[in-house]
Amino acid sequence: MHKFANPAQFTKIASRVLPWTSSFAAVCSLFGLYFGIFDSPADYQQGETVRIMYVHVPAAWMSLFIYSLMAAASASFLIWKHSLADIAARSLAPIGAAFTAITLITGALWGQPMWGTWWVWDARLTSVLVLFFLYLGYMALVNAFDDPEKGSKAAAGLALIGFVNVPIIKFSVDWWNTLHQPASLSRLDAPAIDISMLTPLLLMALGFKLLLISILIIKMRTILIEKRIEAKQLLKSG
Amino acid sequence: MKKFLALVQRDLILVYRSANDAWVVLFFFVIAVTLFPLGIGPDPSVLQQFSGGIIWICALLSAMLSLDGVFQSDFDDGSLDQMILTSYPLELLVLGKCFVHWLTTGFPILLISPVLATMLNMNLDSYSTLLITMLLGTPTISLMGGVGAALVLGSRLSGVLISLIILPLIIPILIFSVAAINASGEGMEISSAVKLLGALLIISSVFCPWATAATLRNLTY
Repeated sequence: MHKFANPAQFTKIASRVLPWTSSFAAVCSLFGLYFGIFDSPADYQQGETVRIMYVHVPAAWMSLFIYSLMAAASASFLIWKHSLADIAARSLAPIGAAFTAITLITGALWGQPMWGTWWVWDARLTSVLVLFFLYLGYMALVNAFDDPEKGSKAAAGLALIGFVNVPIIKFSVDWWNTLHQPASLSRLDAPAIDISMLTPLLLMALGFKLLLISILIIKMRTILIEKRIEAKQLLKSG
Repeated sequence: MKKFLALVQRDLILVYRSANDAWVVLFFFVIAVTLFPLGIGPDPSVLQQFSGGIIWICALLSAMLSLDGVFQSDFDDGSLDQMILTSYPLELLVLGKCFVHWLTTGFPILLISPVLATMLNMNLDSYSTLLITMLLGTPTISLMGGVGAALVLGSRLSGVLISLIILPLIIPILIFSVAAINASGEGMEISSAVKLLGALLIISSVFCPWATAATLRNLTY
């Protein structure tokens, strides 16, 4: 792991990986959307609106997954002082906020026909909203210092503290009796979902993961280049 | 223990010398509560229904106002660096500073809250619950807020930032407190919410000073 923490090494590998991840992301999402919209059955209770699931559920998984990644990157930044981990955490925050926003918006669109309301203050919805606030707080804190190093450290601390929210979101549907339905997939017995619906769901999830890797690489490369430009300008003016 | 008390005494003297700052927070709390009857209408039954929520929301907001100052003056004049350098555990010093913060903001708010509850026509059965939730909840805010105060130390706009960071994290305190107050108004069992508040206080009194001290060591060197 430490071998890849070298920015030059990272850029080299990332540039080679990026075309693959981005094209596979596109392929997976397109196939997932095709199967989800045209080639999967409507739900016997929910009708056609169930198709929102193919965006909503993978996006929700991503919102938690990205926060966990961000917390892990922040921890490795605080422990080993790898600047690349800091850059990764900084880049992950807006991506995670975007996926969380997608989750909340598609959830509202799905809730309107199913529950008859855009929004309810149940445990799952509220805790995801708090997750969204945590992402925004991270982004506000990381840029609030004149010394970027301090911003990174403070925001890394916040990311770690905010991690308490992740298990709360995950288990909120089990701990509290909520309007939001409990998990159908990650259960100890067989998943409670038909294979014709599971295929597009997993394809979309894979597509989103690859999309995340692609955007992350692009963002991290951009920050690395920005840092180099800054350093060169400092050299010139100094 | 002697040094701990010495720090508490020093900070209390500092607050006493600039007593204005402590009054301002209390005054803000009173004014903020006053706005609600004017905003949502003076109907006593409506106010009774919302009284617990109003008082708690205003208590959270007033705490946010004062939290960014917990370490600020010590940070500015360099005495925070000295505290970090001493052999005395920084965690205990942090605990002392959070205690002083609670004593000078949370406790006065607790003392005045029954008066405001009367003005909001709170159900008589809820007064004791209000005081219990305040007694358990406001120290937790000071402890969790200490972490936030350490995180925003030295940033621009630290006062607003701390609200952005800490308010989402102290939502459980608001939920359990108001749930207990409303339940007591309807004559229902409150012990589960109060126990959860107590658990939050115990967890944060162990975890928060440690997290705050780690943050302070990390940020200022």
